[in-house]
Amino acid sequence: MLKTFKKGGIHVPEYKLTAEKPIVDIPAPREVVVTFSQHIGAMAVCDVKPGDHVVKGQIIAKANGVVSANIHTPISGKVKTIGKWKTAFGYPCDTVTIVASDEDVQYDAEHGFEPRTEEEIKALTPEDIKEIVADAGVVGLGGATFPTKVKLCPPPGMHADILIINGAECEPFLTNDHALMLACPDEIIEGVKYIMRATGVNRAVIGVEDNKRDAICNLEKHLEGESGISVMPLKTKYPQGGEKQLIKAVTGKEVPNGALPISVGAIVQNVGTAYAIYRAVKLREPLISRILTVSGKHVQSPGNFRVFLGTPLKTVIEAAGGIPEDTGKIILGGPMMGKAIVSIDAPTIKGVSGVVLIPEDEARRTQENPCIRCGACVEACPMGLEPYMLMPLTENGEWEMLNEHGVRNCIECGCCAYSCPSNRPLLDFIRLGKFKVNEMMRKKS
Amino acid sequence: MSNRRLIVSGSPHIHTGSSVKSRMWGVVIALLPALAFSLYAFGIGALVVIAVSVLGCVMTEYLIQRYLIKGELTITNGSAVITGLLLAMNLPSNLPVWIVLIGCVVAIGLGKYAFGGLGQNIFNPAILGRVFLLISFPQQMTSWPLPMVNRASYLDATTGATILGKMKLNELVPDNVDLMGAFMGQMGGSLGEMCGLAILLGGAYLLVRRIISWHIPVSIIATVALFSWCAGINPLVSILSGGVLLGAVFMATDYVTSPMTHKGMVLYGVMIGVITMIIRLWGAYPEGVSFAILIMNGFTPLINKYMRPRQFGERKVK
Repeated sequence: MLKTFKKGGIHVPEYKLTAEKPIVDIPAPREVVVTFSQHIGAMAVCDVKPGDHVVKGQIIAKANGVVSANIHTPISGKVKTIGKWKTAFGYPCDTVTIVASDEDVQYDAEHGFEPRTEEEIKALTPEDIKEIVADAGVVGLGGATFPTKVKLCPPPGMHADILIINGAECEPFLTNDHALMLACPDEIIEGVKYIMRATGVNRAVIGVEDNKRDAICNLEKHLEGESGISVMPLKTKYPQGGEKQLIKAVTGKEVPNGALPISVGAIVQNVGTAYAIYRAVKLREPLISRILTVSGKHVQSPGNFRVFLGTPLKTVIEAAGGIPEDTGKIILGGPMMGKAIVSIDAPTIKGVSGVVLIPEDEARRTQENPCIRCGACVEACPMGLEPYMLMPLTENGEWEMLNEHGVRNCIECGCCAYSCPSNRPLLDFIRLGKFKVNEMMRKKS
Repeated sequence: MSNRRLIVSGSPHIHTGSSVKSRMWGVVIALLPALAFSLYAFGIGALVVIAVSVLGCVMTEYLIQRYLIKGELTITNGSAVITGLLLAMNLPSNLPVWIVLIGCVVAIGLGKYAFGGLGQNIFNPAILGRVFLLISFPQQMTSWPLPMVNRASYLDATTGATILGKMKLNELVPDNVDLMGAFMGQMGGSLGEMCGLAILLGGAYLLVRRIISWHIPVSIIATVALFSWCAGINPLVSILSGGVLLGAVFMATDYVTSPMTHKGMVLYGVMIGVITMIIRLWGAYPEGVSFAILIMNGFTPLINKYMRPRQFGERKVK
């Protein structure tokens, strides 16, 4: 009997069109646009001037405080402009534009990063590894982009006894983690070991949904002879990749409301993050590229790609055959939790796990009807909330009541709105309510 | 492409595809076996009552939406059709047209729109209509045409008491009830409650399509069975001889008027079973399913308030 989380959850159509596709490298562009807010937390602070010459992997913006991350240039070149640039979501953000000359391209082709030797790696202390991860600007690559260094440093008095590697990939369409687990199992396992060393945890479990049998087998094969690391197949159910749901599925423990995973002794990292940590520690390569899926029902040649951060989304989509004529909506991330974008001229950033193109006729919401109290949202909610009630409470501005009903525990997985037969915009309102209640609580304290 | 405007909206960007409409018409499909059987058993009378009831409910809803609320017309979502069908299922096949129409107006007007329309009503409209008629026209509402022999007659149908009616008057002891006959519809009763087999077929369809969950029907039927067994009555007699199956599968599972959580549904179902049996055994009426459902409809908001789902990671209050 395969494990999964117990409460709520839904079965979404998978649409894993790119499950069999290898990872294709998209060459570095001649011009990149690097934004300073690619993570949760404070925006990084610019460290270059227009006209400066930068070398691939050099820091161009420094982390601003603990919850922040360094930003590096993915190519060598000259800083052309520094200024505000519209992100894919339409908000202005501080950015640097870097342009490579022919010599720079030549230089990048000939000079790589110098990998650490076995001896050097053996000599690293846990603190060293954490510093390398922080310097490399690694953030959670599952989509949340929380700075990884912070997660590797449990608060004083807390101790982790299990490391959970998130290979659930429960979002429809996305297969970037799947492709990575097929192509780079050794590198992922190596990254997992670095995390174990950094955190002093001696047991790691890679949780993978059983719709990716090939990835499970592949990891198991490469884990032969390893002790302390295992693969756990999980029963496919959305949102298994949610941190709390994954911990519940793997350990059977529930993270208490408002607490961190470490309170039940767990640290969760995405497989993509483990891979990025491998590259940072072993290859000395900061986070300047990532793997993402470009997919959609009408996309000509959907696939998994390795993309340098700062590459325009347009270029990424062109690698998959371009934008289908009937496209109505483009999403960064999966269709359950991803965000719709306004512009494809914006650059790829650290949190982009996929680009999903939705045809026009499926892009619009259908008409909203009155709540018929069927209870589908209550049944679907993995957090045990009552979405049907949270929506009118938000509409009526009942912030205190909303808080009592646990609105702040919502993980925004979208199960409620997905399931609602009346097509009610439940999550839109819950998000608003959550924001307002958080604001209220901040004012109180 | 760059100059094309992209659609922007909050996640999720996909939807189950299940709609109010698809679920409502699913219920209509589930009612087909029971409807077909009632036509087979009561012939022309059933046809008239069903047709008048459905048309009456749809017309009432249309007139209210069009002239009273002056709002959007939502007839096609099928909810008025269901109310009409369910009301008809709860009526005898020799009920005069004008009484059926009064039932429709009460069901839709008083039961549904007085509270604000779809999703707002406290009581199940069809049952409200039926109970209104039962109290207002006790004579007509309790003369039950005999099945099979009345296919060609409507108002002039020959009538007889139901099994429960006979049991109430001690004319029949539970041990002598023809259970197989009751299951296959060989008994007197309202249109839809006759054939247990047809209702269970519909119920199976609703469960398979996940339009309803098992919690309400199973808890009602199990409670009735257990209560009967404790009272020394063959549980199958209690389940098959009246409206328990129709009530458990089609009436009590109405989304709007039943609780939201599974544990709330179980409590609601158990209480319907208990109240039904109390009315049957000690009440003035031979049958109590409709009253039991209406009473528990009234408790549904309270159940929703106190039987909430357990939150993930809820801290225990010490």
